[in-house]
Amino acid sequence: MFRGLRTYGVLAPFAILLAFPFYWMLVTMFKEDLDLYNTSNVPYVYNPLRWKFWESATTKHVTFLFTDTDYPRWILNTAIVGTLVVIITLVVALPAGYALARYSGRWGQTAGVAIFLVYLVPPTLLFLPMSRLIVELGRLPGIDDQRGLQDSLWSLVLVYPSFTIPFATWLLMGFFKTIPQELEDAALIDGCSRIQALVRIVFPVSLPGILTVVIFAFSLCVNEFIYAFTFISTSEHRTISAGVPNQLIRGDVFFWQSLMAATLIPSIVLALLYNVFLDRFIKGFTGGAFR
Amino acid sequence: MEAQAAPWKPETRRWRRILESRRFLAPALLAPAIVFMAIVVGVPFGWAIYLSFTDAVGGSLSGHFVGLDNFTTAWHDENFRRALRNTLIFTFGSQAIVLVGAAIISHYLIRDFRGKWFLRFLIILPWAAPVALGTLGWLWIFDSLFSVINWTLGHGLGVVDTANPPQWLGRPNLALLAVTLVHAWRILPFAVIIFVAGLASIPTEVDDAAKIDGATGLKKLWYVTLPLQLPIALVALLFGIVFTAADFTVVYVLTQGGPFNSTQMLTTWSFQIGINSGSLGEGAAISLYLFPLLAAVSIGMLFFARRAQVS
Repeated sequence: MFRGLRTYGVLAPFAILLAFPFYWMLVTMFKEDLDLYNTSNVPYVYNPLRWKFWESATTKHVTFLFTDTDYPRWILNTAIVGTLVVIITLVVALPAGYALARYSGRWGQTAGVAIFLVYLVPPTLLFLPMSRLIVELGRLPGIDDQRGLQDSLWSLVLVYPSFTIPFATWLLMGFFKTIPQELEDAALIDGCSRIQALVRIVFPVSLPGILTVVIFAFSLCVNEFIYAFTFISTSEHRTISAGVPNQLIRGDVFFWQSLMAATLIPSIVLALLYNVFLDRFIKGFTGGAFR
Repeated sequence: MEAQAAPWKPETRRWRRILESRRFLAPALLAPAIVFMAIVVGVPFGWAIYLSFTDAVGGSLSGHFVGLDNFTTAWHDENFRRALRNTLIFTFGSQAIVLVGAAIISHYLIRDFRGKWFLRFLIILPWAAPVALGTLGWLWIFDSLFSVINWTLGHGLGVVDTANPPQWLGRPNLALLAVTLVHAWRILPFAVIIFVAGLASIPTEVDDAAKIDGATGLKKLWYVTLPLQLPIALVALLFGIVFTAADFTVVYVLTQGGPFNSTQMLTTWSFQIGINSGSLGEGAAISLYLFPLLAAVSIGMLFFARRAQVS
């Protein structure tokens, strides 16, 4: 009992500290201007305005976000880019992760380490040449547009796998290592070819792991800022991460309520997904290194 | 049917045999990943190195070879020195907080208790939220007029002057502290996750053996848990260093390197020079100053990952 209380006593303050900005977003997004921009009001709660206290909160700023800004468009763009990148990632990383998990010869190990190191090469080292290469690619025959891939969602679809593939390969390698070899051997004895064993036995069994990779690779795409910020210049082609900080702030005018609604919604969705898939993520992420 | 199939059957069989052989199959499965990596990471990385030795400017992909000029020009710039210093403070300062916090949280989060799911949800929020968006929340928390921190300190506790509250993002030292704290906030949940995984991998026999030998409380923590946790703590630290040193988003959204370049990092300074000022070559050189740090960390990571695997 005492032990239990201490657990809450330690964890609760940390949880409050870590989650506070999101509570603050939640409170802010429904506030009236009169309440929000009055420093004599207690900011943590909704203060009664005049005597009609039930009118102290409003959804009008959230409605504004969805009807009068490009926010819905950015969500759509993010979903399009994320989906395409996840598909490319799976096509490339599924066989690679499997090969690294099963054929761990000297070459296999070197390749595994190399792919892991690629994950550690940050976009901040690559974005300068990348931003030029994206423009140059437009000059290749077959792509008519003068601006090339600049300001196009395709540039993000092309570049994002550079970090999702190493990440996904590493995770998948961890998952595949946990699947007993005997399962495949049995399939081979029953007359399957190796490819068939892979597609019919290994992939279905690792479906939870693959789903975890889908979630986390997708979230990496939602998260990405520097490429989305430098490659895309018009509002309608933005993704959420770059659109919200760059288009919703006009000069020094901040629409704080709308802005906080825009930040809270994707954060909560992702955090719920993370929490559900967290245990599997840990298994795959550390499966490559620790057991 | 037999007759029709016969002409191509040996061919297919040969293909099948090749696909069955491990020597062929493994490289074939790995090849797409490696080719793709070489194109989307290898080429730009090589190009960044090439650019750093040229006088290339925005709008072109090549320039004249200038040797190490870009590196020395950058090095003699006062702002670069500050960016380098800031990057180190930002990285190691935030990681110090993260390690201590993660060690405490994970020690308790590994237990089973009611409401664990919800507490864990709150704890991983900063990591799950898209960086740029979570940071915007902090931009509002640090607002110059309506900062909730200043309201609490001023109107609530009365420890700061309400007419002249601290400008968290407007004063050089405070701004550096602010970006460092925000990044620690963001990385902490990730470190907690890694720590919990590490603690979970310590076999229960170790616990029992410690109990039999009479190690309890602090003694057990010091002699049993911490040494076993060390490799995984180092892995969390190395990941944290890579993610923090290479971070662009937190600083850019909060301060854009300001006020007066006092919170420039290598990443934001390279963006400033390479994109905003259009000196592609020098920008590339500045970002490459990060490389030795990242390379050292990667080597350390491989070393410790291997040791952790053995134990």
